[in-house]
Amino acid sequence: MRIPDYKIQAPAVAERFARLRERPVILDVRGLTKTFVSNGLEHTTLDRISLQVHRREFLCVLGPSGCGKSTLIRIIAGLDSPTSGEVLLDGKHVEGPGPDRGMVFQSYTLFPWLTVKKNVMFGLRMAGQASGVAESEAREWISLVGLSKFENSYPHQLSGGMKQRVAIARALANRPRILLMDEPFGALDAQTRAQMQAYLLDIWRNVDVTILFITHDLDEAVYLSDRILVLGTNPSRVAEIIEDPVPRPRDRAQFVSPPFLATYRRLGELIHPPASEPQERLPMTRMTHVGDDVE
Amino acid sequence: MSARKSERLLVPFGELSPGPQLVLVWLSFLTPLLAWCAVSYLPFVWHPLVRVVDPAEVAYFKPDTLVDRKVFREENAKLAAQGRPLATGVPANPVFLPAPHEVGTALYRSFTTPPRRKGEPWLHESLWHSIRIIFWGFFWSSLFGVPLGILCGTFRGFSKLGEPVVDFFRYMPAPAFGALAVAVMGIYDGPKIAVIVIGTFFQQVLVVANTTRKLDASLVEAAQTLGAGRRQILFQVVLPGIAVDLYNDMRILLGWAWTYLIVAEYIGASSGITYFINQQAKYRIYDNVFAAIIIIGIIGFATDRVLDLLGRALFPWQKSVRPSLLKALFGSRPAPQAA
Repeated sequence: MRIPDYKIQAPAVAERFARLRERPVILDVRGLTKTFVSNGLEHTTLDRISLQVHRREFLCVLGPSGCGKSTLIRIIAGLDSPTSGEVLLDGKHVEGPGPDRGMVFQSYTLFPWLTVKKNVMFGLRMAGQASGVAESEAREWISLVGLSKFENSYPHQLSGGMKQRVAIARALANRPRILLMDEPFGALDAQTRAQMQAYLLDIWRNVDVTILFITHDLDEAVYLSDRILVLGTNPSRVAEIIEDPVPRPRDRAQFVSPPFLATYRRLGELIHPPASEPQERLPMTRMTHVGDDVE
Repeated sequence: MSARKSERLLVPFGELSPGPQLVLVWLSFLTPLLAWCAVSYLPFVWHPLVRVVDPAEVAYFKPDTLVDRKVFREENAKLAAQGRPLATGVPANPVFLPAPHEVGTALYRSFTTPPRRKGEPWLHESLWHSIRIIFWGFFWSSLFGVPLGILCGTFRGFSKLGEPVVDFFRYMPAPAFGALAVAVMGIYDGPKIAVIVIGTFFQQVLVVANTTRKLDASLVEAAQTLGAGRRQILFQVVLPGIAVDLYNDMRILLGWAWTYLIVAEYIGASSGITYFINQQAKYRIYDNVFAAIIIIGIIGFATDRVLDLLGRALFPWQKSVRPSLLKALFGSRPAPQAA
């Protein structure tokens, strides 16, 4: 099968990107650099990273493990501080964590002593909302993620996928300007992960929210994104920002469509540069002749 | 299920079905009791003495005196050599090892016997006095120790300021402060409570600080991204987050407070259960000494079990609740766990 260039966009897709570029910038990251010292040596994990996320955009940050993508999202969330550079939200400099940047972690981080409903109410209560108002609002978000039956359950009674849906509802209840997701489905099994991806696209379509999504999974990035920002390693710089040519609405049948495969192949080239492969093979010795016909 | 039973008991970190569990729990109480019964009631086990029944012609034997078995045999050998009638006796244990039934009756009798001298406390008064000392010692220690421990665990600055000196004091044995406490607070309850406070407080700060530090840091981060401020994090994330572990720490620390009680009651004017034990030992009524020691055990064990049950009611979100030991002992099956 001939795979087209990943830069070729169908007219509808090109039009969508033109509209996207006209929408206001919500998150503006400028020249973010992070260095740390260990054993007297200075390491640079992030090297002058700049990116912009437009309103209602779904941007994936893709990179191999250890490239500092978690550090990047933690700095944007305000949980780490950069060595230099700055983060602007709606044009204003932000420092420290705040409810305007919701965060969903890989490890669920639900409060085990609170029921599902109380977990979702947490941010609203912090903002000083009366408990009656917070409760009815929390109920709406819980029904959005399809967990109304479980609103009085404790987190340990839920499956991983359900916990992560609660975490998403909890972050959205605060009506953040941007939702930061740090490999949120990384700990889930393949089936649940596929289901969660579909749920997330549904939520994103129905709620006014901008998403910055971190992943190391190429399929996930192509399936979900408007644009994909690829980070290189050592130190990580922005390798390329790709406009995802797969038309919306998305479904899993598109995984074998030409634009999907084209994008997937390009991401593969960026993440695993072909030159580095020969040295990375194991020094194998043959230890069996049983079943020599396996190849 | 080809493995034999003994093998199934020895699977590292393995599970046990309720049946064998129940048997083992009962065994853990019955084994020491049976061993005690064996030593007390089987005349061929231990019994190093002889209780004289008929002294015959041995001048210093009297009915009911306890004599070393070897001495008894030698005296009888002398009598046999002279062709005289022999002394008789039965094997006996030393007076400091009363038999279970004696201690059993003493358990009841010690509450109903009036004190030997006027003005001495009854056993239940002694016990109540001890419990009050424990309560106030643990109360004052916790009032300061728990908040300080939480602050040390939450804020690095408090930890560096507080923990080194606490660690230093921890190694000074609490009883060493006894004489000083008497000089400052007199001879009655003050210094006793002080010794329990000193013995508990420093451990408490460190244990609570460690428990606080073990709180999953990502919960605090999640709360920050949800807009929680410093106060809110302390009271709505750290406190509920460590509540279960803190509660269990307190149960263990309360046990330590009991061990300091006996030392504390020696300080100044001896009082409480320690005074009772000492008096009974002076009168050589060892049945009562054992009874008192067992009562301390029962009170401690019962308190711990009640706190355990209370903990289950207080913290319904706990992931894996161990079946209650009380329930296990009295046979009701552990509740099935939610999937």
